[in-house]
Amino acid sequence: MSHDAHTKLVYMANQIAKFMESKPHDEGLTGLSSHINDFWEPRMRKHLFEVLDAGGQGLRPLVLEAADMIRRPMAA
Amino acid sequence: MKDFIIPDRDYGTPASRAKTMVTLTIDGFDVTVPEGTSIMRAAAELGIQVPKLCATDSVDAFGSCRLCLVEIEGRNGTPASCTTPVAAGIKVQTQNAKLEKLRKGVMELYISDHPLDCLTCSANGDCELQDMAGAVGLRDVRYEAIDTHFKAKDNSGKANPQWNPKDDSNPYFTYDPAKCIVCSRCVRACEEVQGTFALTISGRGFDSRVSAGLKSDTFLTSDCVSCGACVAACPTATLQEKSVIELGTPQRSVITTCAYCGVGCQFKAELRGDELVRMTPYKHGKANRGHSCVKGRFAYGYASHKDRILSPMIRDSIADPWKEVSWAEAMEFASNRMKGLIETHGRHSVGVITSSRCTNEEAYLVQKLTRAVFQNNNTDTCARVCHSPTGYGLGQTLGTSAGTQDFDSVEHTDVVIVIGANPASGHPVFASRLKKRLRQGAKLIVIDPRRTEMVESAHIKAAHHLALTPGTNVAIVTALAHVIVTEGLFNEGFIRNRCDWDEFQDYAEFVSQPKNSPESVQLLTGVKAEEVRAAARLFARGGNGSIYYGLGVTEHSQGSTTVIGIANLAMMTGNIGRPGVGVNPLRGQNNVQGSCDMGSFPHELPGYRHVKGEAVRDIFEKIWGVKIDDEPGLRIPNMLDAAVEGTFKGLYCQGEDILQSDPDTKHVAAGLAAMECVIVHDLFLNETANYAHVFLPGSTFLEKDGTFTNAERRINRVRKVMSPRQGYADWEVTMMFANAMGAGWTYTHPSQIMDEIALTTPSFAGVSYEKLETLGSVQWPCNEKAPEGTPLMHVDGFVRGKGKFINTEYIATDERTGPRFPLLLTTGRILSQYNVGAQTRRTANVVWHAEDVLEIHPSDAEVRGIKDGDWVKLASRSGETTLHAQITDRVLPGVVYTTFHHPDTQANVITTDYSDWATNCPEYKVTAVQVGSSNGPTEWQQDYNAQATLSRRILPAAE
Repeated sequence: MSHDAHTKLVYMANQIAKFMESKPHDEGLTGLSSHINDFWEPRMRKHLFEVLDAGGQGLRPLVLEAADMIRRPMAA
Repeated sequence: MKDFIIPDRDYGTPASRAKTMVTLTIDGFDVTVPEGTSIMRAAAELGIQVPKLCATDSVDAFGSCRLCLVEIEGRNGTPASCTTPVAAGIKVQTQNAKLEKLRKGVMELYISDHPLDCLTCSANGDCELQDMAGAVGLRDVRYEAIDTHFKAKDNSGKANPQWNPKDDSNPYFTYDPAKCIVCSRCVRACEEVQGTFALTISGRGFDSRVSAGLKSDTFLTSDCVSCGACVAACPTATLQEKSVIELGTPQRSVITTCAYCGVGCQFKAELRGDELVRMTPYKHGKANRGHSCVKGRFAYGYASHKDRILSPMIRDSIADPWKEVSWAEAMEFASNRMKGLIETHGRHSVGVITSSRCTNEEAYLVQKLTRAVFQNNNTDTCARVCHSPTGYGLGQTLGTSAGTQDFDSVEHTDVVIVIGANPASGHPVFASRLKKRLRQGAKLIVIDPRRTEMVESAHIKAAHHLALTPGTNVAIVTALAHVIVTEGLFNEGFIRNRCDWDEFQDYAEFVSQPKNSPESVQLLTGVKAEEVRAAARLFARGGNGSIYYGLGVTEHSQGSTTVIGIANLAMMTGNIGRPGVGVNPLRGQNNVQGSCDMGSFPHELPGYRHVKGEAVRDIFEKIWGVKIDDEPGLRIPNMLDAAVEGTFKGLYCQGEDILQSDPDTKHVAAGLAAMECVIVHDLFLNETANYAHVFLPGSTFLEKDGTFTNAERRINRVRKVMSPRQGYADWEVTMMFANAMGAGWTYTHPSQIMDEIALTTPSFAGVSYEKLETLGSVQWPCNEKAPEGTPLMHVDGFVRGKGKFINTEYIATDERTGPRFPLLLTTGRILSQYNVGAQTRRTANVVWHAEDVLEIHPSDAEVRGIKDGDWVKLASRSGETTLHAQITDRVLPGVVYTTFHHPDTQANVITTDYSDWATNCPEYKVTAVQVGSSNGPTEWQQDYNAQATLSRRILPAAE
């Protein structure tokens, strides 16, 4: 199940990245991280960090670059 | 018909909009009215009712009945007061011996060809002909009725060729030619108010007849859309509601708000005792101005339908039949289950879905249930699947998550872009108001893959129809901006004043790139570059430009981007902040605006304030006495994902059928099946209830007090017309459940809930039931700065400060056609049905649309060997279903279309789980499909129906 969940979240993160890539770089970077911080429930961010911590396979460069600015959810 | 309950005065002719005032004397009294007002209306202003039959203030004066004659000092003859405008200083007499005699003569002629069966007539007590006979003092009729229209047989006993039988083909009203006085009010209402032009007067002189369509047509087979405008306009029993014929005239009325689409029409619910006799559009309703559509006016029968569930029910497992129980037992069962889940799996394992069909007060309580009682932010609403991109896109660019105008604004518009919306079907009363403006000369640009009724219908034709390939909205909108920027058609003054000029420079550079030109995107969109250029020029230079849009914009992978693009277009052309312009989302459901305002989204508290804001949380923490979670909660699709994953276990779902209305039915079903406590609070055992453990019966909009907020941010009162059939209003049921969970709420009336909303939410600070009683309705923001509300937004500056231009890069959806799925399916609505059809399918509206059909272009049908009416299989990567085909060139080759009103069709088995990048709003409007011949329902449809039948079993109540 978790593989499916990861695939979906990677897809969603990349969708956001594609929109943010058309903005000036720094604005896009903040835009992406704050979008995920504002709209993604901790469970979703937890899964995203599982992907990021494993090397971020499949994620667009902007997501990887924004990773530090995405809030890591506290352990539930 | 005349209003006999609350006298809404009929002024005879419409109001004049002139600014110049004119003073005249009528029957010795001075009166000052705007230039262009009729003498009849000026007299009515004084309280003098000039007798009349063919005049009514919803349509232009016609001057045919000759009953409203007056004398004007110094002028010859006796002109009709309805068609004679006022003039300064004239002296008018409305009553004297000469006029009395003339009027009696006119009435005598009318009555000589009218049956004198007043006592048994269905309009008895509600007939203007009867009233006028009384008003003019008609005491006898000298003419013998020999040649008549009303006698079935002539005096010799032979069939009377002039007599026509009653037409009762329409399910809601009858047309009885025997009662007709040929005043043409119905014909004019159909033209001027509704804009359908279904009615005409056939024949001449004595042969004149009201006629729907061709000679061979009935009302049902004609173009009639059953809006009821003709019935409302008819002064006699000729056009009469069947409910009045059956039940008699109503004796009291309650003003309330329609529970169908986001136009938010106000109605008078007219009753006898507590039996609803009819719903008539309320003349002073500010959204509808006295007009209605077939749904609001007639389709209320679902409220008393036999399918309504009136007793709470529970079951241990969804494989069990339902058991009817008391409210107390249901609450105990539901709260114990929910408490157990929270204890075992944590407070984040449960959540709620608020309803966009319920009131503001009810949505507020449901989100409060999750935030204050469950103590998480897992709340979402059906706006997720319709207008969530509007919230995001308009919030980012303009600063508020709502339309900028009131509906009256359309009367001042010069060029209208309608994109991804078909108001003639989805928002009919707005469509009528728009068509009226178009007939006055405003220009229309339609951006839609399908040739909708808006593109061309009676007396309207779009200047440009950009029939784009589904999924290419962003490309088209950006191409329009490209033309406006590169051809220098933008409004520099406005942009410099109201937006950030430097930001605009960046944006201008982006849209000016050759890849965004109409010529470059032509291959993607399928729209000729010249057509796009012409449309852009028209919009930028045509005067007041307004944009109206619907779900054809939002329900895409790039829904939010298109909304941003629309806001960009309005800003760059300076079309914001005055009447006739603006960005206007056409909201799907009656209270989808309200449910969003009330904090139904998982990331924001009421008033669109993010949960991360400490100051905002503080306001609610103080009043609710709990700690509010500062993390966003789960959205509907995320809830379902989490359920499948095993971390989301319980759901309280009010007035929303996610199994039918959300995309990828199989995924929704899997999510619901994985939950351990699903509480459905609804009128009917809907599709979602197949997976529920607790069913709490709901109340209809007729059975409770509250407010709805329509697409123009207008807060309208919903008033209790009758007692809830199942015992409780929905807000009471939610409170009962919350209290069973330990909440300790003590509301005794929805007005107290509104007071709490006003106390916590700045844009509602000035709203109270008292104010709504006084003003009728208010548009938020309503606060100290705007105590009577705000009809137009962003007048002097944007809510966010400077308007923000944001780049709108076109990114093709990943849902693509290929050899296996070569066609694109797009979905929409039809006039007579509403959303998943739970209400309208349970009314006589099914005569117009008994099943969903698949529209397919003749060439696509031919290569597949499909004939009109064939049973066809529709398949996508997600699933397949079957339905009947309708061959039409309204759709382009390569595009097929269907509605989603019927659960048997399960159109959402086909739709995929692709969604908007910003909000997860599903991509309903684009699915790659294949269509082929079929012998009948698919295996999935059969399995589904079997499961649904099993799941709907109800055991008799235990004694």
